[in-house]
Amino acid sequence: MRLSRSAKAVLAVLTGVVLAIVYVPLLVVVLNSFSTSQTFAWPPPGFTLEWWERAARSQGAIDAVGTSVLVALAATAVSLVLGTLISLALQRYEFFGRDTVNLLVILPIALPGIITGIALNNFFRTIVGVNLSLGTLIVAHATFCIVTVFNNVLARLRRTGTRLEEASYDLGAGVWTTFRLVTFPQLRSALLAGGLLAFALSFDEIIVTTFTAGTGVETLPIWILNNLFRPNQAPVVNVVAVVLILVSIIPIAIAQKLAGPESRGASKAVAR
Amino acid sequence: MTATTTTGAAPRRRGVSAYLYEHARVRLALLLAAPLFWLGVVYIVALAALLITAFWTVDSFTGEVRIDWTLDNIVTVLTASVYQSVTLRTIGIALLVTAIDIVLALPIAFFMAKVAGPRLQRALVVAVLTPLWASYLVKAYAWRTVLSPEGLFAWLVEPVGGSSPGYGIPATVITLSYLWLPYVILPIYAGLERVPDSLLDASSDLGARPWRTVRSVVLPLLYPAIIAGSIFSFSLTLGDYIAVSIVGGANQMLGNLVYTNVGTANNLPLAAAAALIPIAIIMVYLAAVRRTGALDNL
Repeated sequence: MRLSRSAKAVLAVLTGVVLAIVYVPLLVVVLNSFSTSQTFAWPPPGFTLEWWERAARSQGAIDAVGTSVLVALAATAVSLVLGTLISLALQRYEFFGRDTVNLLVILPIALPGIITGIALNNFFRTIVGVNLSLGTLIVAHATFCIVTVFNNVLARLRRTGTRLEEASYDLGAGVWTTFRLVTFPQLRSALLAGGLLAFALSFDEIIVTTFTAGTGVETLPIWILNNLFRPNQAPVVNVVAVVLILVSIIPIAIAQKLAGPESRGASKAVAR
Repeated sequence: MTATTTTGAAPRRRGVSAYLYEHARVRLALLLAAPLFWLGVVYIVALAALLITAFWTVDSFTGEVRIDWTLDNIVTVLTASVYQSVTLRTIGIALLVTAIDIVLALPIAFFMAKVAGPRLQRALVVAVLTPLWASYLVKAYAWRTVLSPEGLFAWLVEPVGGSSPGYGIPATVITLSYLWLPYVILPIYAGLERVPDSLLDASSDLGARPWRTVRSVVLPLLYPAIIAGSIFSFSLTLGDYIAVSIVGGANQMLGNLVYTNVGTANNLPLAAAAALIPIAIIMVYLAAVRRTGALDNL
């Protein structure tokens, strides 16, 4: 389509404006963490490192980070195993009810978090009859993290096809050997990408967490929410928010690296 | 390795491995056992139990859930004025957020897919994806900062006689639109990528001006992708109650009603009944858009 220069310019400006709207609020949070104002006054009246010092000494925040990492690691581990199993089953076999199983994996993330949350809360407390704890939280998180691993592994299995595996069988390798030496190496980067997503999803989750964490189990999002409305703590929450923004850049960098060798063009060429 | 793999020579396979190699169904069963146990027993049972609980009641003395079959909860949720007004408000917010996101997403997605060169395109995809990784709470919190009475927004508009909307419904709409924008941009961008350039060229060769091409060629082809994006913003908004409690002042959405019923009121049956409203709305919405083929664009 031959767009006039002015039409292209208008589109470019609109794109710039939308991106500005996306990034400016995050930038404001970063700047406010150095501001002397406790009420987010703009422009910042002065510069201080006090909030950063207080955040570094905030035991609540540090403990919450520890809890979040623990929960996210455990949920990621479970979802890596279950997600790989289920994507192998769905991609490599034809069976009755395949679509239903597919739906089953997606459902925990497709339904609003509050429904998953109260459903699991009810399940743990009244059906199983256990007290909410760190364990119930991990089970809940793993349930909705499976889908990220599933999506990544499924896409990879679809792309790699079965030729190498068939060759391995023809050469006499067994089921385990073929998985260990042929299938798994092909899945490795997809597992890393899916695992990262699962970790990030769990680390950030708040709604399901509210309903399935035991008393005294405080993940970082819960800590933020508990301290958000305390005027005294607001600047510390701000610093934690900045740290979260900075930390969130790490998985993007890794994901970019992973996407490098198999950029989309290359994968399309292989698919043909 | 489909179920009907031809059994070739397998000289060195022994024991379990040989057995599994010969029996594809057993392999399948082993693959499915653990995940189906987890998802089926934990999640499906939990969901089914929740639906059933909506028809039970709470003992007013002990606060325990009692198995007394009743439609009272459903009737309350459908007829009580607080549920009706909150439901309407939530649907209104969800529709508004969806409309805003589509309007914002269309130009940027078009620029990314059809105007930008390959390098700029890749950079823009990263720029749009990056905020998805930032914490939900941080983003909602960022708008709380920006919209605070002395915040950036007030500072920007006060010279021209405006004022910050403060914390309330408008702030909630802004924040939710902000939160779900990348989810709407990405499917629309992917949809535009699939619209072949040759069609656009053909349209302009036949004399259509760009706007006409957009209206008659691009938008009809893009429709399923737009709907796919709208499913995200719509259903995510319906279930949300955190953003509204951070920037919405005293206003409530459906999620808040469910939350108060589980938490402070300790009335799980009523909460379950209230949770049926967003489920029903989403089901209706999905059924309505299913014919467009949008579900394949998710």
